[in-house]
Amino acid sequence: MNASWALPLAGLAVAAALGSAASSLLAARWPRALTVLAFPMLGVSGIAAQAAGLIALASGARQTTLLPAGLPGLPWHVAIDPLAGAFLLMLGAVLLPVALYGPGYVRAFRNGRDSLATLGACTGLFVAGMLGVLLAADAFLFMLAWELMSLASYFLVCFQHDQPESRRAAFVYLLLAQVAGLLILMAFGVLATTGGFAFPAMRAAHPDATWAAIAFILALMGFGTKAGLVPLHVWLPEAHPAAPSHISALMSAVMLKVALYGFLRVVFDLLGPPQWGYGITLVVVGATTALLGAMLAVQQVDLKRLLAYSSIENLGTVFLALGLAEIFQAAGHPAMAALALLAALFQALSHALLKALLFLGAGAVQHGAHTRSLEQMGGLLRRMPRTGWMFLVGCLGMSAVPPLSGFVSEWLTFQAALQAWRLHDSLLRILVPLAAASLALTTALAAVVFVRAFGIGFLGRARSRQVRHAHEVGDGMLAGQAWLVASIAGVALFPVLVASLLGSAVLQLTGRVPGSPGWLWLTPLGPTTASYAPLLVLAVLLGVGLLGWVVLRPRRGAPVRRVDAWGCGYAPPTPDMQFSAMGFAQPQRRVFAPVYALREGFAGSAYEVVAGDRSWSWIYRPLGALMDRTADLARRLQAGHVRRYLAWSLLTLLLLLWIVS
Amino acid sequence: MDRLLSLLLALLQPLALLAAAPLFTAVVGRFKARLQNRRGVPLKTPYRELRKWAAKEAVVARTASPLFRAAPYIVFASTLLAAAALPVWETASPGAHVADAIVLIGLLGLARFMLVLAGLDVGTPFGGMGASREMLVANFAEPALLLVVFTLAMTTHTTNIGAMAAATLHGAPVLRPSYMFALAALLMVAVAECGRIPVDNPSTHLELTMIHEGMVLEYSGRHLALMEWAAQLKLLLFAVLTVDLFLPWGLATRMSPTAWLLALPLLLVKLAGLALVLAVSETVLAKMRLFRVPGYLTLAFLLALLGLLSHVILESAP
Repeated sequence: MNASWALPLAGLAVAAALGSAASSLLAARWPRALTVLAFPMLGVSGIAAQAAGLIALASGARQTTLLPAGLPGLPWHVAIDPLAGAFLLMLGAVLLPVALYGPGYVRAFRNGRDSLATLGACTGLFVAGMLGVLLAADAFLFMLAWELMSLASYFLVCFQHDQPESRRAAFVYLLLAQVAGLLILMAFGVLATTGGFAFPAMRAAHPDATWAAIAFILALMGFGTKAGLVPLHVWLPEAHPAAPSHISALMSAVMLKVALYGFLRVVFDLLGPPQWGYGITLVVVGATTALLGAMLAVQQVDLKRLLAYSSIENLGTVFLALGLAEIFQAAGHPAMAALALLAALFQALSHALLKALLFLGAGAVQHGAHTRSLEQMGGLLRRMPRTGWMFLVGCLGMSAVPPLSGFVSEWLTFQAALQAWRLHDSLLRILVPLAAASLALTTALAAVVFVRAFGIGFLGRARSRQVRHAHEVGDGMLAGQAWLVASIAGVALFPVLVASLLGSAVLQLTGRVPGSPGWLWLTPLGPTTASYAPLLVLAVLLGVGLLGWVVLRPRRGAPVRRVDAWGCGYAPPTPDMQFSAMGFAQPQRRVFAPVYALREGFAGSAYEVVAGDRSWSWIYRPLGALMDRTADLARRLQAGHVRRYLAWSLLTLLLLLWIVS
Repeated sequence: MDRLLSLLLALLQPLALLAAAPLFTAVVGRFKARLQNRRGVPLKTPYRELRKWAAKEAVVARTASPLFRAAPYIVFASTLLAAAALPVWETASPGAHVADAIVLIGLLGLARFMLVLAGLDVGTPFGGMGASREMLVANFAEPALLLVVFTLAMTTHTTNIGAMAAATLHGAPVLRPSYMFALAALLMVAVAECGRIPVDNPSTHLELTMIHEGMVLEYSGRHLALMEWAAQLKLLLFAVLTVDLFLPWGLATRMSPTAWLLALPLLLVKLAGLALVLAVSETVLAKMRLFRVPGYLTLAFLLALLGLLSHVILESAP
């Protein structure tokens, strides 16, 4: 296909998202408008975004245009290049299944007090905002689209505003989103001093080292807040569970990636030459985020909160890989930097698909079993078999076991880290293996997180009445999940093809392309150094499993005898005797005790253990108290007397005159 | 001819491991019995048990889901595939290309994932207890194992286990401090991963102390046979992994059946030595309290990390 189609297709995606927002307004009078118009248009937007992304990646060219809008002297620049293409692909790949899933999910809200029109309109604007961020090629349009994305998602988070925790989550989210927006604006401000607000001008001009470092810190904090880097992550586990599940899927799978895109665009594309100092910062921040995210995820009882903490962990590993890329690039090993960057992009893609699947699965559970608490679930695999098996695929993928897609990115990151022997600086040579060690620990913790989520939630026996009467969800919701499972299988089994697609984005940023010849063997460093063939792994697993089944099948063909479970010779065990979700994670709570803000005690009639996040008590509560005290001081100025205000005005005027003179 | 031989090798090595796994467990048991002044069971007992279980009817709990019946096959297949990635008597093992050392650890992770889920599936307290404890062990044992592999990969510049062994064979025989730390960590991890004393007791049936037995408590018949065979294979896998990574001397490096025949006796001696080490340590040590286990595992993790750092600091000149 012709490369010049990329930009028109991306424009179609934006138009379809805006159209979806507009058509949802009809839902105030005609609730079916969401099913008939809004969600199909979101699907169209998803397909168009995917196609545009694929074309941009395959052609490897940048295509720019000016829009007849914007400020005087600063028209809106729009561009699509392989980097934007990679993220358009992720966005589209998640948006399409969400559009399939949405109609069944929002049906539950139809008879409620919540406005479907608001939900649909904000969803469309949210998607349009994310597309705009990916397509913008000047700081003005970028910030405009960024704020559209933030504000629309704020309204989506507080959609169920009759619940106090939703309102609180939305407030925290809005606060941090605004702070993040301000920081990003300042980062662009630093970059724009030497050139202009358009990206090509920023790319051409490089600020000096001090200003570049300031811009890096601002960008890291701004985009890092949105991406959920510790300690700026606190909004994420509040906001993601509060939103409706298909929105949670979009926020966790795509919006965090849009933040990642912004960071990549500013630091790897616009900022200028790489510095190893940036790399060290990224590795340390990424490793801390990943470890803390995993440690907190393992203690969550709310399934969606657990998934949100797991997103924090995954973004941490992505930033760790980015740090490796920056270190290798600064040390003059562009091929190794390309490998690390490929690992980061692969992890982003894989996480987008897996986390979308898991959030849609959690939404299906909420729909079918009316709970999000693991302590009430159990045995859902038999009551919701299709959702259950697909959720298992997601859990296996997140635990990074072969032959699923999460493993490929982990493998690539490890391979990049193992190239540390090429580095000359001894600090870096120690830091990179330490990062690999923390990543290994994170991966093992992620396995605990998802064994626990699936084992407690979907296996065993129902722990509550509503879960005992759970029902499978409708076809549309299943189709959305099935689409994601198919995409995950494609990414997992043909990593070489995916890597060669993402490779053109890597080529754009590092100047090298990490190549694996053929399609079966993933050999980014040459066939003798390391190789992995997921298709063969799957074939052997299936072959051996089937062979064992055929050989061991009983001759008579009698059905398996069913008996009660073993109860030491006493009465058979009851559901209450099963391990609880908090009980399962008790060893981790004991080993990592200093990390958690532990609270135990009786809440009503039930004994409750909560392992909270210490960043609230260490950072945010003191910060809030400081703000209150500062506000108290400022209040003394406002006594309510006109005389005093006039005096203040006069003093200010005198001061200004003194400065000017 | 070479292609045919390598295909033969790819099939023969894992099958040989599979066939020898019950024997290895029996040999460890025999050594242990002799050390404790007992006569011990005949070496063919594990084979007889497997045959007995395979022939018996499988009984499944009423509360079990389909996953419970699928899990033994997945656990068995992924453990066997992990074993197929190991060079047993020949370093140029084709299986090591399909799955390198990191994939091998990932496959063991897949087996563990399914085993733990099977433990949780029936919904009994024992299964949950075993599952929770197994994940505690895995939480530290898996990263420690990865770090051991990383230490060797940084030295040999490859993660292909066959190429690692070959690099050690061809390199100068120097005593590397990093290898000492890594070997100690690997042995500690192997004991924990395979559920041996002092972390778990393979012969216990006291419900409150068991880890592996707790998870497979509900299994019977052919399912139990597969689970137990996979556990035996895992023990032999760790023994062969130790040989490949740290004692590769004597492995064949040429693709020829005569070289293989020469490599086998030395391999048997090395495996018997490792079995003896395990038997002695199981005889002199007592099982730990469960909450001592994290300390033990953290020590293994730190040893592996020390190995990695001592490689970076002491051995590789920038």
